[in-house]
Parts: sequence; C-alpha cells; structure tokens
Amino acid sequence: MTDGAPRRSVSLAVLTPLMSVIEWPMRRLQRHLGIRRLAWVFLAPNLLLFGLFAFLPVLLNVAYALTGGGNVLLENRPPVGAGNFVQLMDCESYLDPNSCDEDKFWRSVHNTVLFVTLQVGCMIGFALLTALVLNGPIRARGFFRSVFFFPVLLSPVVVALIWKWILQRNGVLNGVLGGAGFETHVWLLDAGWAFFWSVFISVWAHMGFYTLILLAGLQAIPRDVYEAARLDAASPWRTFRRITLPMLMPTMLVVLVLALIKGVQTFDEVYAFTGGGPGSATLLVIQYVYEVGFGGSPRLFGLAAAASVLVAFVLVVLTALQLWATRKNAHG
Amino acid sequence: MNHKTIRGAAGASTLLLALGGASGAAHAQELRFTCSSDGNECEVMDDMLDRLEAENDGLTVAVDIVPYQAILETLPVQLAAGTGPDIAKVTDLGGLSQYYLDLAPYVDADYWEASFGDFLSWYRADADDTGIYGMHSQLTITGAFANTTLFEQAEVAIPADDASWEEWAEAAREVAEKTGTPFPMAMDRSGHRIAGPAIGNGARLFDDEGNAILVDEGFTDFVEQFVGWHEDGTMAPEVWGTSGGTTYQDAAEEFINGEIVYYYSGSWQTRRMDDSIGDDFDWQVTGTPCGPAACSGMPGGAGVVGIKATEHPEAVAKVIDFFAEEDNYAELAARTLNIPAHAAVAEKGVDFDTESANTKAALGAWSAQVGKLSPVAFAYQGYGRLNRAMFNITVERISQALTGELSVDEAMARATDDLAKADAEAGQ
Amino acid sequence: MAEGGNGVTGWLTRTRGRGRLHWTDWFSYGYLAFGVLLMFGPVVWLLLSSFKTDSELQRFPPRLLPHAQETVTLEGHAKPLPLFEVTAGELAGETVAQVRRIGLSSQVVRLDDPGERIELSLDERTAVEAPALATANYTGLFERFDFLRYLWNSTFITVVATLIMLLVNSMAAFALSKYEFRGRATVLALVIGTLMIPQSVVLVPLFLITRELGLLDTLWGVIIPGAATPTGVFLLRQYMLSIPDEILDAARMDNASEWKIYWRIILPLSAPAIAVLAILAIMWRWNDFLWPLIALSRSENFTLQLALNSFQGEMQTEWSSLLAMTVLTLAPIALVFVFLQKYIATGIASTGGK
Repeated sequence: MTDGAPRRSVSLAVLTPLMSVIEWPMRRLQRHLGIRRLAWVFLAPNLLLFGLFAFLPVLLNVAYALTGGGNVLLENRPPVGAGNFVQLMDCESYLDPNSCDEDKFWRSVHNTVLFVTLQVGCMIGFALLTALVLNGPIRARGFFRSVFFFPVLLSPVVVALIWKWILQRNGVLNGVLGGAGFETHVWLLDAGWAFFWSVFISVWAHMGFYTLILLAGLQAIPRDVYEAARLDAASPWRTFRRITLPMLMPTMLVVLVLALIKGVQTFDEVYAFTGGGPGSATLLVIQYVYEVGFGGSPRLFGLAAAASVLVAFVLVVLTALQLWATRKNAHG
Repeated sequence: MNHKTIRGAAGASTLLLALGGASGAAHAQELRFTCSSDGNECEVMDDMLDRLEAENDGLTVAVDIVPYQAILETLPVQLAAGTGPDIAKVTDLGGLSQYYLDLAPYVDADYWEASFGDFLSWYRADADDTGIYGMHSQLTITGAFANTTLFEQAEVAIPADDASWEEWAEAAREVAEKTGTPFPMAMDRSGHRIAGPAIGNGARLFDDEGNAILVDEGFTDFVEQFVGWHEDGTMAPEVWGTSGGTTYQDAAEEFINGEIVYYYSGSWQTRRMDDSIGDDFDWQVTGTPCGPAACSGMPGGAGVVGIKATEHPEAVAKVIDFFAEEDNYAELAARTLNIPAHAAVAEKGVDFDTESANTKAALGAWSAQVGKLSPVAFAYQGYGRLNRAMFNITVERISQALTGELSVDEAMARATDDLAKADAEAGQ
Repeated sequence: MAEGGNGVTGWLTRTRGRGRLHWTDWFSYGYLAFGVLLMFGPVVWLLLSSFKTDSELQRFPPRLLPHAQETVTLEGHAKPLPLFEVTAGELAGETVAQVRRIGLSSQVVRLDDPGERIELSLDERTAVEAPALATANYTGLFERFDFLRYLWNSTFITVVATLIMLLVNSMAAFALSKYEFRGRATVLALVIGTLMIPQSVVLVPLFLITRELGLLDTLWGVIIPGAATPTGVFLLRQYMLSIPDEILDAARMDNASEWKIYWRIILPLSAPAIAVLAILAIMWRWNDFLWPLIALSRSENFTLQLALNSFQGEMQTEWSSLLAMTVLTLAPIALVFVFLQKYIATGIASTGGK
C-alpha cells in the first residue's frame, strides 16, 4: 500500500503552504498549554462536529419523543410525557401486528427482523463461500475479487433501479424464464416475492464488502497449517471444518455484527425499490420513521422520534457487541 | 499575528464558501417561486413573467421547477422551518394556509371575489377568514379517459353519460377480452382519485356536525367493489399494488401504450395524453361513472400563493395579481390546456392552444363535468385541516386490503383509527 | 498452493489436484463464472437497455441488442416513415412504409406508390430493424437536465467532505493514539458512542440544527454533518498506534512542534490507512441519499443521486431517459473503480478486520 508515493508528494506540495499557515498559531498554543493539553486542540474540531451533529441530535430526539403535535419547532410542541412510547408499545400480542395500536410500526419491526435474519444469513454465507473460493488456487484473483466488490460501489438508488428494470412485468428475467418454458411472474406485485427480491438486491449490493474482509481473514491463516492438513490427506471439507473455520471465527464474529448493524438500518435501496410495498410487505423500520416523520400528514415528529429512540437502543446493544467482538479479534 | 497569513486564510475560506454556493444576501426584489408542472404550467408562467419583469425594473422572479413529490414533502417542512420560497404553486391548498400571505391589502378585493368566488375559500384557514390568499391557476377535475378505438374494434358501445361503474366495468372487460388488451380499467393510486367514486356511491366523508369521518357504509361499499375488481382482474393491479406507503403512482404510460381500455385519472393529464398518444388511437373523456348518490369527480388543482414570511410582500402580490388579470389568466389557461377557475374567462370560453381535435373535445368535456360536482366533493377538497391526512390514510389502508394483509373491514376500522389520531394531532 | 509443474504452464494449469482438475476446481471456476455473470450482468443489461428507444423497451420478450427501425422519406409525407415488411396477405414479402397506426390496424403505403394507403392489421407486418444505439436518450438528457450541475454538486460535496473528514479525523486519531491525557478514556467512549448513532435515527433534530446554523439548502449543509463519522477515527487510531513513539521523541528533541510532527511524520506514515479512509469516504459521500434528500430542496443544489431519484419519482416515468440517467450516475464511480480497484480491495482487506 505504499504505492501512494508519487501521489503523496503531489498532495504534500499542495497542502504544505496551508499547513505552514496553521503551524504558527499551533506553536504558540503549544507553548501556552504544553504538549499534554495540546491534545485537546487536536481533538477540538472532531468533538465539535460530533457534539453538534451526533450528540445534540440525540438529546433533541428524546425531547421530540416526549412531545406531540405536528409542529417542527420544539418550542411549539406540547409535552406528552411517555405518550408516544405507550402508543408504540400498545399491543395485545407483540407477535401479531394486527393487534397493535401502531400496527404499521410492528409490521415494520417484524419485517426488519425477518429481513435482517435472511439478509445477514445469506450475505455472510455467500461471502464466506466466495472468500474460500477466492482464497483457493485460482488465476486472476485480483480480477475476480474486484468483480464481487463492484456492486458495493453502486449507489442504493442505482441498485434499486437496475433490479426494478430487470424484474418488470416485461423485463429480462421474465423474458428468460418465459423463453425457457417457465412461468413468469409479476414479481413486485406479490408480497412474498417482493420481500425475497428486496433481500436479494441487498445481499447482491453488499456481499462484496464482507467478502473482502473474510478473504483477508483467510489469508491471515498461515500456510503451513494447510500444508500439515494436506500431508495428512484431509478432505477439503474436513480442512475447512477443523482448521479454517475456527481460525476464522473471530473475523466472522466481527463481520456478523457489522452486517447486523448495517442491516437494521437498511432504508435506501428498499425504499427506492419497492417503497415498502406491496401494502406494507417490505416496510422496514427506518422507512417507518421516515414516513411518520416526513411523509405523513400531519407529520408526527414525536412518534417518529420515539420509534427512532427504540431503534437506537437496539443499535446500541449491537454496537456494544461489535466492539466486544473486535476486541476479541484483535487479541485472539 | 502575521497579517499576511490572516488575510490569506480569510481569502481562502471566502473563496471556498463562494465556490460552495452558500446563499449570499438576497438580490433586491428577487423572488423565488417554487413550482411543479403537470404539463407546462411552470414553463408558461416563467415565460409570461418575462413581460412583468420587463415592465418592472429590479423585479426578478426565479422560477424553481421541482417534482411533485418535493411540493408534497419538502415544501411543508421548509415552510415550517422558515426557509421556504416567496411564492409557491401548491396543491395542498388548505393544509398550508397558515403560511399564506394575505394579498387583500395589495389587490382589488372585489375583482378577486367576483372572478374566483368559491375557490378563494379553499385557501382560507376557516369559515370566518375573509383574506385573499391564492389564485387558483389550475382547476382540475377527476374523470376517465376511454380508448374509443378499442371500443370500436371490439364493437362494444360506449356506455351512456349516466352509466354506472358496473356498466363501465363490464363494457371494459368485454373490450379487453375481444381486443386482447391486458387491462380493462385502471385508477391512479391516490386517495383524491378514489374519493369521487366513493362520494358517488354514497360516502358522506363528514358527519352531520361537519366532523370528518372518512369511513361509512357508502365508502366501505365502494372499497369492497374496488378490491373485488383487483381480484377478478378488472383493474390493473400494479398501480395500487406495487408501491408502498403513500407513494403516488399513475397509469398514464400504460394507457398511452394502449394497454388499458378505461383509465380513471383527471383533467391535468389532457396535455400529456395529447402529446404522447398523437395518432396512435382515438380517445375520449368521460365523466365519473354514476353511483347511487352522484356522478361526481373531485375538483382540485393548484394555485399560486404568496408566503407570509417573504421579505417582499408587495412584489409578491404584484406577481400573483399579474396572473389574475383576465387576459393573462385566459392566456395561461389556453397555453397550459387547463380548465379556468376564473368566472369571466370560463364564461367566454378559452381558445385552447392546440390543434388536436381530441384535446379540444376533451377540455370541453371536462368543463362540462364541473357542474356535476357534488358539494361533498367541494367540501372535501377545501377541508385543508385534514384532507391530506385522509387521502394518505385511504391509500395506505386500501392498499393493505388489496394485497390481503387486512380484510376490507379491518382496513376500514384501521382507517377510522388513523383518522382519529391525525385529528388529535392536527388540532394542536 | 501451486501444484503440477513450474513456470508458465504450471501457472496456467494451476489446480488443486496433481495435474488434473479436482472437483473443487470445477466448482471454483464455475462459481466465479456465475459470479461474474451475476455481478456484471445486470449492469451490462442496464447499459444495453439505456440505448433502446421507449418502444423498444416495451418489447417482450426483450432483445439483447438495441435496434432502431429503418425509416424512409417519401414524397407527400413530411416526416420519415418507419419501414415494415409485410408477412401475410396479398402484399406478403414487400417492404412498406407506415403512415399511421391506430389501435390494431395500421395504414401503410407502398414505396413506389406513396399516395395510396392500404390497411393492414398489426400482425400482418413486422418492423424492419437494424442494431443501432438510441443516443438520443443521452443527448436528450443533457437538454432536460442540468446534468453537469448535479455532477458538480456531487463532486464538490464528496471532495470537500472527504478532505474535512480526513483532516479532522486524523487530528483526533493522533491525539487519541499518541497522547496520554486525562479524559482520554472518556473521549474514546464518547467517540464510540457516536458509532451507535447513525444519521437515520436523528433526522428531525439534525434538520433543525442544520437550519439553525443557516446551512439548510446549501451544499455545506450536506458536507458538514456528513463529516461527523467516527469510523475514520478508529481506523486511523488503530494504524497510528503502530507508529513507533521513538520517531516522535526524536522529532521532539529536534525541537519540532507537535503540529509539525503531525503533518510531517504522522500523516505520511499513515498514508495507507488514510488512503483507505479516503476511498471509503468518497464512496459514502458520493452515494449519500437520505440526508441530502432532506437537507437540499432547490433543484440546482441536488446531487446526482437526488436528481436520479426525483426523476424516478416524477409522475412521468420514461424508462429510456431513466436508464440513461442511471448509467450516467454510476459512470463516475465505475471509473474510480476501474483505476483504484486494487487499492480499494487491499485497503479494505487490510484494515476492515480491525
């Protein structure tokens, strides 16, 4: 990765004058504060950004969750205490969205749980398989690696449109199926198929990213371990189960939790693809928040904020898991 | 500190900011006009405004053409946050009334009352309000387009003016079968669209005290019919069935491609039909089929309003008044092929700017429908407080009934709940 | 693991089995071939479809290559008329020009007798076509859309946001990795806390804050909130931890200021991690959708993604223009991919696990 040498000198040439400009005041500060406290100066811009655009919004979000009404300005919103949360959690049975007060919210929760389970499961499964194949004795590994990574670069709207085009009533998929004698479907009209394809395009778009990470994990396994296995004439499956998988487990864990976190937040591609339809078959929880807060009439900012607080809670748990898993990976 | 470095840094940052296009101080009397076109309304208005700008030195109006979704979603949030434009072309007439500029002090109120009469009430916050807020630039009415060439080829008679939905459905089905057309009927995915037929079927939408109820027997009845048509293949399923939430979806492209026999939409599509269909087939505008209670469509349209928060209220009023002048209004209607809301213009008739016989006939047919509008429809359209919520609820819950997620009864019960919630929040 | 011979021949016939193809090799290459088809196929199909006319796009089953119908200009007709070949009836085999199509029937004229109109039904004729690209889809796009403006907006936002992010994150990473100070653990915890707050759950307050700062509906309103991502801090901190402290001490003894150490030593040594972060940031900012959707309202400020989506959302969906625009939207990132794919792949692989 030190190929950046020529680029480095170019960027340095451009940035050097700017850096010299900043050095003067920094030196003065250093003299005043001492090296230790200078660290805060380095941290300051970052903390300012995070404070304004990450922490403050969280506090405001909770404030919104505790108020009602359709006004966007916080000062004009009447407080309703835990009313929004009560409304969200009001269900006879959490397993049946129909029995809930906010049935759309619970439908979105169910959909998200199913979506994440399927998407993460398939994605990690295929990513692992692809990584194993790429790790094997093949030619042009670099090329194939790029092939799988390519969809990761595409924007969610592009991904959605590409597949929407393919799945049209008169699209190429139906064309191929019809030509081969199979039955054609209007894919996005059926709730089950629309859900399937949403999972599919999400896996298609993101698998490459995790493949790369797993591939790196595989390549970190020392070759002599495999040598030993081959000398013992172990079958590929046995090698995989007894050697590869255990040594890959830490990386797998990190990848799994990362995928879960991203999966729960899925919005862009599914929204552009089906818009939550048909009915609410592909409505995911972030889309629920967006619709209630920005799409509905009147805009129920309080309810949207309350729902997003609940989602945030789940994400906090998952992120804590991820950090624990990362720590384990770094040490183990 | 070194002066050179300070100046250098300041200069660099200013340059960066300028490149980034951060909004600088507003030009004296530069007005922003956020506009969304169904056909060419914004372009025509922009063109006509050149004349006004020529007459008024220093006045410039920047017409910002945005998609319809932006008017529906982004504009209200901007207005609430105080970052909206000076003028806007809006369709949620009553819903945004709190942001409108009262033009009465700047214009001839009597002329406006005489010209626009009842339409002015759509822009007012409540019945006691007597302000003049908006000019209804585009009157629209819902109704159907029928592909008469297909009817001819199937040798099926086009149903009479007062035919019912069942009669149209049957005729369309027959035509579709005989000509091999994929879909007999289609309706836009919109609560506004389905309201007319529902009203015709006896839906009252409001109770005796004037409170909104949305769901009643007449309404539920029509929804059941509607769902039934999707199940038996009378209605094109993709229109309501593939989108989620409250996304608007129309079926105009399919009609233009000859895939639909009978398409229930509205008068704003006329120009698009004319331009896109051309010679491909003959088509005709028919009114909303009759139900037991009425044969009514829904009126609607868009109007040009001034925003209260503007820094140039007089200039804004001048611009809007410009379009309200009889000749200018007539020109606008003629070039955009829209039905006029201006009484004098409507009476004299508009010489629509089209060579197509189809379009002229269509516009005439649309104008004829205005008289059949039910008072419930007028009231619904003017009920700014909650009508958008009611449209959204209608679309969402009926979609769920269509896909089988909920039964029609469950969907209607949910709709009633949703309305109660919206009512509680909207009051605040 | 190379097996079965050395040199070029060995490389070409590299397999797991000694010289023969093991079943895993069949499987591997089959899987990879399928992968290429599945990953590239849809995009190739998009590209091909974007060169088809609207009427071609409605054709079912769809054809692989875009075709255009041949036309001819005849006396007495102002516009060029499309050519058809008659398949049935008394004119079978002849090439005719269509004047008008109404429903199920079409009026045609023979080439040598343009005055006389003959009625044919639709299934008695087929179009005379040849493969051709409908470049009008693309040129028409430039006329209707301010594509260059959207491209500029997207590029400006991406470049500036990335630069800010790199600067701010590397400074913070430097502080967190190379300094011992009171409160370091708290700050680290705070940064971790930021990880747990994705933008998607704080949209409304974010909107309000952006507005209060006067940044709404400006490109900066998209740039600045977007720069507040903690992933960069972690990535860079991890990398910087591996820079030996001795180098810094030596520099300090030479009377270099901390700032100088930062940009003369730390940054160059962290170049690989910075490069990875830069590429990731470029990817994220270019494809950003939800926040720009909310923060930007004037169409002249739209990014390419917003413009594409609003075009999709408009009432009039013409696939021909929509597909062309999709291709244009993905073209820049595809080019970046072609040139930088090696760095991207190795970069993510080397730092992704951490």
